[in-house]
Amino acid sequence: MTHRLRVNPIACEAHGMCHELLPERISLDEWGYPILDGAPLDPALLAHARRAAAACPTLALVVERRSGELDRPVNARRP
Amino acid sequence: MSYESTLPGPSAAALVDAPGLPRLLAGIPSRGALGLSEHLALHGELPAVEGRGRARRGAASGLIEEVERAGLLGRGGAGFPTAAKLRAVAGASRSVLGGGRPVVVVNGAEGEPASAKDRTLLRSLPHLVLDGAVLAAAAVGAQEVLLGVCWPDGGCEPKASVSPLRSSPSALDAVARALEERGGGVLVGGVHFQLCPVPNRYVAGHESALVNHLSGGPALPTFTPPRPFERGVRGRPTLVCNVETLAHLALVARYGASWFRELGTPEQPGSALVTLAGPVAQPGVYEIEHGSPLSALLDAADGLTAQPRAMLLGGYSGTWIDGSLLREVALSDRHLSPFGASLGAGVVVVLSDAACPVAELARLTRWLASQSARQCGPCVFGLDAIASTFEQLAGGAGAGGRNLTERLHTLARLVSGRGACSHPDGAARLVASALDVFAQELAAHARHGPCAACARPSELPRPRASRPTTVAPA
Amino acid sequence: MIAPLPPLATSGPSLDWYLTRSTGAVALLLLSVAVALGVADVRRFSTPSWPRFVVDALHRSVSLLALVFLVLHILTAVLDSFASISPVAAFVPFVGSYRPFWLGLGAVAFDLLLAVILTSLLRGRVGPRAWRATHWLVYACWPVALLHTLGTGSDVRTAWLLALSVLCLALVLASVLARVFAGWSRDTARGRGLALGGALAFALGLVLWLPSGPLGSEWARRSGTPSALLGHPSASRTKIVVSP
Repeated sequence: MTHRLRVNPIACEAHGMCHELLPERISLDEWGYPILDGAPLDPALLAHARRAAAACPTLALVVERRSGELDRPVNARRP
Repeated sequence: MSYESTLPGPSAAALVDAPGLPRLLAGIPSRGALGLSEHLALHGELPAVEGRGRARRGAASGLIEEVERAGLLGRGGAGFPTAAKLRAVAGASRSVLGGGRPVVVVNGAEGEPASAKDRTLLRSLPHLVLDGAVLAAAAVGAQEVLLGVCWPDGGCEPKASVSPLRSSPSALDAVARALEERGGGVLVGGVHFQLCPVPNRYVAGHESALVNHLSGGPALPTFTPPRPFERGVRGRPTLVCNVETLAHLALVARYGASWFRELGTPEQPGSALVTLAGPVAQPGVYEIEHGSPLSALLDAADGLTAQPRAMLLGGYSGTWIDGSLLREVALSDRHLSPFGASLGAGVVVVLSDAACPVAELARLTRWLASQSARQCGPCVFGLDAIASTFEQLAGGAGAGGRNLTERLHTLARLVSGRGACSHPDGAARLVASALDVFAQELAAHARHGPCAACARPSELPRPRASRPTTVAPA
Repeated sequence: MIAPLPPLATSGPSLDWYLTRSTGAVALLLLSVAVALGVADVRRFSTPSWPRFVVDALHRSVSLLALVFLVLHILTAVLDSFASISPVAAFVPFVGSYRPFWLGLGAVAFDLLLAVILTSLLRGRVGPRAWRATHWLVYACWPVALLHTLGTGSDVRTAWLLALSVLCLALVLASVLARVFAGWSRDTARGRGLALGGALAFALGLVLWLPSGPLGSEWARRSGTPSALLGHPSASRTKIVVSP
């Protein structure tokens, strides 16, 4: 079961906490928005990734299971 | 409401004279719309997808299979197989967690400024489109069809500072009249048609933006998943289909898959509408066979009126190709992929060698930046930075020129895939190919500043540049 | 259920009474710090040694700690036999017999804080919009909590509680100013005006009310202390000697 990181670019407001909490996989562009590479998450980083997703002030970062379902209950309504 | 371009007027829809053509444009009147009786006389009755329960579902899946055999691909730009889309929506409505009865949305928004094919169909051949919509509704089991057609004066955004795209006001009228001819709203089989004006913005034609607008929200893209085929208009499975795709569907249902495949290539069968703009004798909307050479299209348009510096394929989210390669370009995705291009929404814009590509690009990228929905940071900041950099280059950057070109490469990479819709991706594609094709002019501008051609009026079809709108909350 | 501690002296307050007052004071302080951290969080305050996630995590931790102390405050108040505060009065405002209005404010503040914290803990389920909308209730919760402190507390005349209240008020006022003057386009001028006006009116109202209110004469009676408890040494400020 692999997991992936995704960011909702509409909800994202460039707070940058995700980068602070998961610098191994998330970097910020020159305007402070996250750059994700879409590659599967290392299982060792999964807990950190979940923490980063929980810390996001706008819940823009999500951890997805490989099948595309979201790994945690996230309101699917428009942000 | 002026349009700085050579974009054709309503009567310029023309036909490439080739065996098997015209198909969609058959019988197109030079003025006004083809009436219902003439339409039926020309194409025959629409095959019914009727019955109840299992019989209806059987007929519907039979239609979908025919479409699959025909290999019809979406003509809105993405080229997604239509049969797969129909199946997905039909399946979503049947699933246990499904959102109920599906809805069909006809995408006639045509936000691409350089494209005129959709409004041509709506204005002159509305019954072909309506036929396709009836079939699509039957195929997915929908009872509601929403016709998204461009509103001529941007009336849906009271404070819009965007100049309206040149969607002819008569497209709305023509569709309204065609609906009247068919009985004014409720058609055979109980499918209810509703005409819905759509704001004039580039992003309003994107699938999720259109669905958002039709659900009562702003005409701005939303984050997907869920995709419209699962949860679209008012939460129901939604089929969003381009106007031209539905027109093809109307003919496939009548004449069959084998007939459809008589033209075109194996991967892209059938015919397609293209909008040709630029220094040609007869710019306008043409129907071509997939795979036909670009030179044949230009011949049908009575040839070029100036030397071509480059061609833009696919619209403003498309790709530039050097003019010297004109004879090698053929109009199908397979033929275009070596150039990194695709047919997209069927737009071919020729740029003459008299124009200044750098100035054109500066204006074009600034316009693309202004069309951002302003919801996603990388798009808002990235496209603005791209436009500013082009403007700097156009103005002469001296020794910093090479850095600016590097910067443009970086920016194009940086904005791709990081928005909620494909707007920044298209802009990035346009920029990356421009950096390649116009490298010489860019370098010259960087060193020497503006050239003589910079002052020329714009050749590329584009509405008056607008200020960035404040449609989306900051 | 722990039996309430018998009063240590027949005419003196119990250990619970001390605990209630102290946990209440701490809860107020922590709540004020949480508000300040919340504004720092939304203003994206950070330094190299205090990155964003630290400010954010601190805000959450301090808020939870405030809730813990608040729960202790309520428990000890209920368990204390002196004022007969029923558990229901902790949640349902204005039903108690002891200073019903001022105690009821405490219940209101508790309910509001519960709503804020529960939605925050379940943020993923309620969604960012519902969460954000509920979070604004903090700006109602805090002044209500302060009024409860001043109106219900028996220590309101003491220097330490007054000093604490002033400190908390200053902290929250500064936070409100920092939020109002964030300079964001999504704030309306009307919203800013209302926030500033409301905060200043509240502070001014307090200053005007205190002398004739809790700091005035016979506050215990005027605030609704049951007459059976009036005249009890602990109904007004006294020096308490706790016998072992």
